[in-house]
Amino acid sequence: MGAELGKYKSVVSARSTDKELLKYAQDGGIVSQLFAFALDEGIIDGAIVAASKEFAAKNPSKVIIDSTNFDMIEPWRPIPAIVSTKAELLAAAGTKYNICPNVALLKEATRSFGLDKIGIVGTPCQMQAVRKAQLYPIGMRDVGASIALAVGIFCMENFPYQGILQLVEDHAAMKLESVKKMEIGKGKFWVYGKRGQVVQLPLKATHKYEQPGCHVCLDYVSNLGDISTGSVGSPDGWSTVFVRSKIGDSVWAKAMAAGVFETQPMEKVKPGLELVSKLANEKITKNRATLEARKTFGVGKALRNPYI
Amino acid sequence: MADKISLGYTHLSGCTGCTVALADNYAGLLTLLDKYVDLKYMPTLADARHVQKVDVSFVEGSVCINDKLAVEELKETREKSTIVVALGGCACYGNITRFSRGGQQNQPGHEAFLPIGDLIKVDVYIPGCAPTPQMIRNVAVMAYLLLKGTKEQKDLATAFLKPLMTMAQGCEACSCDIMTTVINQGLCMGCGTCAASCPVNAITMEYGKPQLERDLCIKCGACVAQCPRSWFSFDVVENYEAINEAIMAALQ
Ligand SMILES: Cc1cc2nc3c(=O)[nH]c(=O)nc-3n(C[C@H](O)[C@H](O)[C@H](O)COP(=O)(O)OP(=O)(O)OC[C@H]3O[C@@H](n4cnc5c(N)ncnc54)[C@H](O)[C@@H]3O)c2cc1C
Ligand code: SF4
Ligand code: SF4
Ligand code: SF4
Repeated sequence: MGAELGKYKSVVSARSTDKELLKYAQDGGIVSQLFAFALDEGIIDGAIVAASKEFAAKNPSKVIIDSTNFDMIEPWRPIPAIVSTKAELLAAAGTKYNICPNVALLKEATRSFGLDKIGIVGTPCQMQAVRKAQLYPIGMRDVGASIALAVGIFCMENFPYQGILQLVEDHAAMKLESVKKMEIGKGKFWVYGKRGQVVQLPLKATHKYEQPGCHVCLDYVSNLGDISTGSVGSPDGWSTVFVRSKIGDSVWAKAMAAGVFETQPMEKVKPGLELVSKLANEKITKNRATLEARKTFGVGKALRNPYI
Repeated sequence: MADKISLGYTHLSGCTGCTVALADNYAGLLTLLDKYVDLKYMPTLADARHVQKVDVSFVEGSVCINDKLAVEELKETREKSTIVVALGGCACYGNITRFSRGGQQNQPGHEAFLPIGDLIKVDVYIPGCAPTPQMIRNVAVMAYLLLKGTKEQKDLATAFLKPLMTMAQGCEACSCDIMTTVINQGLCMGCGTCAASCPVNAITMEYGKPQLERDLCIKCGACVAQCPRSWFSFDVVENYEAINEAIMAALQ
């Protein structure tokens, strides 16, 4: 196990000790619990998360959306929002398997939303965007130093909204508004209905709906988050947590001291870090091959490589 | 101090917003001037206003080719500087001056404006309207390390500045670049950075992808430069923590 997991100070299997929070969370409730704790402690004064239309309707001042289109926003279309209470965090908990441009709110968070200490959750590519914005703040005036806690989630791929629509309504034959939870795990795409029905699709069926930009992505476990987390590697209901930066280390230590998480050593849990490593390597190898193929895509003509 | 770098500031057709952005580093600017930078000439912040021989010169504004004096100053800047930095959207890409057709008071004959790179070789680009105080600061610290640092610091500064050296190549500096260099190339992943970067809110995110309002765009180049899929250097960005700390420590 090496570079594919990024730099980290420690890794554990963990879950929130808050039973109520776990009801809303996707996995071990790491993201929502970290932000709830950081809000309580004044480490952040708001967090950028992926909320929904219902949330936006109730909290119009926490989102930026064009109200003329509001009625056309479909179920399961994520809307970036800035939340500042536990109830709001819970309303936005859980994974939405389609694109939520959280970084779009990063500058405005420090402007009309008035945050000095921003929390942000995002996919590995969004963590890359955040760090590039800190080092090269070309269009991000007075933003970099305000980022107080960046929590990265693991990510194999994402889907455009219409991809999820296709998978759920066509392949799984369920209405999106009747879906309670979606999950990718154990080699399947799972759709859980509000009335208890469960449909599983083979991952093979999902590939053609993946976002093309994901096929050049070289990060599986959010190497650039302060803390990064995902389900892979840990038992059901638990999460694998990498503590990466000095900020991450300090927040994690405080959260542990406050007892908001219970943990198990990574070496003790099944399937363990080997699986995280294996999937990370698979993703990186596959996408490196895509980048290679882009070099000779045409006849003597290449597609652009973003990495320099 | 002998090992300071010398800096000049040439002001062409720019609105002084870039100057204000530089000054908005407040105490950081004072530390820069104290420890690292000897400001040789600058129309607003120094006594001397005329171009001199310097290590680094910042150029604000595009160049009006109907203004002989401006053209001469720009060429003289190039001749007398080791590194020329195009500061801000106007110097880099023309920005709002791209829309000029002349006829304005009190110089109605000044109608044709070019990015400075069309007349001289530019070494480093800092896009944006206005460029940000922090970006100017980071480039200033890196320029210092490049010219005066240890071997290790020079390598870091080279890696940091490299993407800023090639920024204007094949770039129209408008929202269209997001389409042509990122989305059309199958590289966009919907992070929303471009939308956050735009000073005039010409970009919104629709279904996770940028929606460009081209008529609003002023051609500052910030969106595409900030996009992590326009260019991304793992070598530099993976060390974000150490680099941020080094920059902050330098300004203590
Ligand atoms: C597209 C995608 C792909 C993923 N792939 C994997 C994978 O391959 N392996 C793995 O182990 N884990 C993966 N995850 C992460 C996993 O599904 C959980 O999100 C993660 O474990 C956090 O769970 P939690 O219980 O700690 O967080 P919760 O407390 O449930 O909070 C989740 C947080 O993520 C935010 N969020 C939800 N959807 C998005 C989105 N689309 N973009 C940005 N933020 C969002 C929510 O607003 C919430 O704040 C993926 C997540 C996404 C969004
Ligand atoms: S696979 Fe990569 S590019 Fe796609 S959403 Fe996940 S982190 Fe972003
Ligand atoms: S910044 Fe780049 S990758 Fe992100 S949404 Fe805009 S174009 Fe897409
Ligand atoms: S869209 Fe906005 S950020 Fe991009 S070049 Fe135009 S004005 Fe600048």
